[in-house]
Amino acid sequence: MLRSLLTCASVLALTAAAGCASSSTPSDTPSSTANGPVELTIATFGKFGYEDLLKQYEQAHPNVKITARVTGQGGPFHQEFLTKLAAGSGLADVQALEEGHLSDFLDKADKFNDLAEIGPKDADASRWLPWKFEAGKSKGGKLIGYGTDVGPLAMCYRKDMFAAAGLPSEPDKVKDLFATWDSYFAAGDTFVQKGGGKAWFDSASQIFNSMVNQLDTGYINKSDDSLAIESNPKIKQAWDKVTGAVTRNQSAKLTAFSNEWNSGFKQGAFATKICPSWMIGVIKEQAGPDNAGKWAVTDAFPEGGGNWGGSYLTVPKQSKHPKEAAELAAWLTAPEQQLAAFKAAGPFPSQVKAIEAPELLATTDAYFGGAKTGEIFANQAKKVTKAQYKGPKDGQIQENVTSPALAAVEQGKSPADGWQQAVDGAKKLVR
Amino acid sequence: MTLKEHVRTDIRPVPRQRKTPRDRLARLDVKASPYLYIAPFFVVFAVVGLFPLLYTGYVSLFRWELGSDNPKFVGLHNYAELFADDQFYKALTNTFSIFLLSSGPQIVIAVLLAALLNARLRMPTAWRVGVLLPYAASLVAIGIIFANLFGPNYGLVNSVFEALGLDRVDWQANRFASHIAIAIMVNWRWTGYNTLIILAAMKAIPKELYEAARVDGASGVRQFFSLTLPLLRPTLIFVIITSTIGGLQIFTEPKLFDALPGSNNGGSTNQFQTVTLYMYQTAFESQHFGYASAIAWVLFLVILLIASVNFLLTRRIASTGGPS
Repeated sequence: MLRSLLTCASVLALTAAAGCASSSTPSDTPSSTANGPVELTIATFGKFGYEDLLKQYEQAHPNVKITARVTGQGGPFHQEFLTKLAAGSGLADVQALEEGHLSDFLDKADKFNDLAEIGPKDADASRWLPWKFEAGKSKGGKLIGYGTDVGPLAMCYRKDMFAAAGLPSEPDKVKDLFATWDSYFAAGDTFVQKGGGKAWFDSASQIFNSMVNQLDTGYINKSDDSLAIESNPKIKQAWDKVTGAVTRNQSAKLTAFSNEWNSGFKQGAFATKICPSWMIGVIKEQAGPDNAGKWAVTDAFPEGGGNWGGSYLTVPKQSKHPKEAAELAAWLTAPEQQLAAFKAAGPFPSQVKAIEAPELLATTDAYFGGAKTGEIFANQAKKVTKAQYKGPKDGQIQENVTSPALAAVEQGKSPADGWQQAVDGAKKLVR
Repeated sequence: MTLKEHVRTDIRPVPRQRKTPRDRLARLDVKASPYLYIAPFFVVFAVVGLFPLLYTGYVSLFRWELGSDNPKFVGLHNYAELFADDQFYKALTNTFSIFLLSSGPQIVIAVLLAALLNARLRMPTAWRVGVLLPYAASLVAIGIIFANLFGPNYGLVNSVFEALGLDRVDWQANRFASHIAIAIMVNWRWTGYNTLIILAAMKAIPKELYEAARVDGASGVRQFFSLTLPLLRPTLIFVIITSTIGGLQIFTEPKLFDALPGSNNGGSTNQFQTVTLYMYQTAFESQHFGYASAIAWVLFLVILLIASVNFLLTRRIASTGGPS
């Protein structure tokens, strides 16, 4: 070994030719010509429904070998993603990225490949819902991710509890209640008065997040990445509406995704739930078979539509085979494949053609009284008008600042003090 | 030049001068080998102990975000900010509160349990293993189960309170109540462990002393306070030091106690966020690595301070301790 190295060095010195390096490292140039087998890795979390699709892709591309890494939960997945992105190595060629964490990564767009540049030409804007496509772009217009799925917002509610409180209960009749946030909270007051101690919604932060997501500007201004929580009066208005409803006993005061929240579904602690497409599965699991037929879902949402959740496939600059990785990502996010993933694991497609596919529109759900869930969420996905700019730390402000502040109000803090806590917390985080 | 070197390697070695190199080697062996033998520890310590410690200090002088290419030097600004940070003091108070609520009762109960186990029992081993069982349980499982028990709305503890005619307690929102709940979690896990250490020390007390005490007419209670406790002092100090170190670094219990899964907030108003939890959140969620490093260093100094107080106390007690 040493000897060959020495020989090599001397040969190099003699001939000054780069003949030695080639034997030890195969090639540094992206093997777009693909003479040897290309090994790709893809890292996802939770359920993307890609298992069978990856096998199909390997069969169609004999020179490509795919290794899939799946992490159970999104939280640790994105933390690892961020660390490895900073470290400059260790990431998969194709990395999934969830919408809630997007803001932290768009900020570091220079560490990702521009898919508009290296990706196949047929994977262009027309494939996706416009707002989904736009949200995957950095401030500088770089496309860092191909959209996979979305979480269009509809409204889920307890039919039986609506009827008991004298409210209309059929999915077609309740739409007026869910027309605007004002009508929503007004209906909440009626419900609380006649609801026999039950709450109108599960958690203040669930409502507040949806309201802020609908605004033109979120917590961060697009122009200079400054904090908008004080400068945008609409955020404060949303705060006042939600905390007002809390003080009028509309909230069940359950922290979303906590054990208590899960129990709340079983106990029927609240009558309405903002309902992204994936929430259907959560309700079924948590409310359990005992409550089958009591829940309903309708294609209405206060002030139009909204989105919560959904992911992107990105190709970090670290990837040794960016072009092949982009090809794989583009193939996986094509309408046909996303429809297959929807059938396999349930993520709702973000591609125009997939959303219009008859098989998707025909999807119904017996638990929700046979509601046409496919059609309902397809309608709701089309109602989303724009992608809100998510500046750096936007997701963390929602998770670690406003949500705890709202929980504090639910636990007895005055809305004014809670607002101060939110503003101070956001300033501290962004500084 | 390289050509020359290359040629030189191929030249056969000059006839060896036999003695001198070997002598030199022998002398080197005597002088250097001891250092080589102990080197592994120091190398490992330098790599995983000293370097991170010093580098953390270095990072704490910067405004450093994960993945940012040019961190900004800010001198002691992070420390200045930290000493004016309400959340830090709140976290520090929480840490001490939880530590006192857990370590205090824990050691009292451990001593009493050890005294019980020291009495004549049927199947003593079964009892001893019994008190150690919680220690063997997975910390995460304990955290999840206790968070469930102390659920404000549907938790078992509140249901029992209600059945007994007591008021429900909001274990999440009420700061003191949340500390108690977390302390109970800590105690449940660690009391048995400390019991066994104390029991071992009790077993080591010579039987003759008890016999003498009995001859003098000392009751069981008197024996316990005048004989057992004084002789346990060194062991108690050890137990107190280890539980201090553990108590100041408490992390998993408050993290799992939070109603929001995976949250590092320590409740809606940080009412049960500990210093380590705050440090973790600052570093890995907010990505303020410089600031988190400053927290780490201040926590290090706090622990150092308390450890040295402990050390002084131990020395003092060791010199004056023992049966009088």
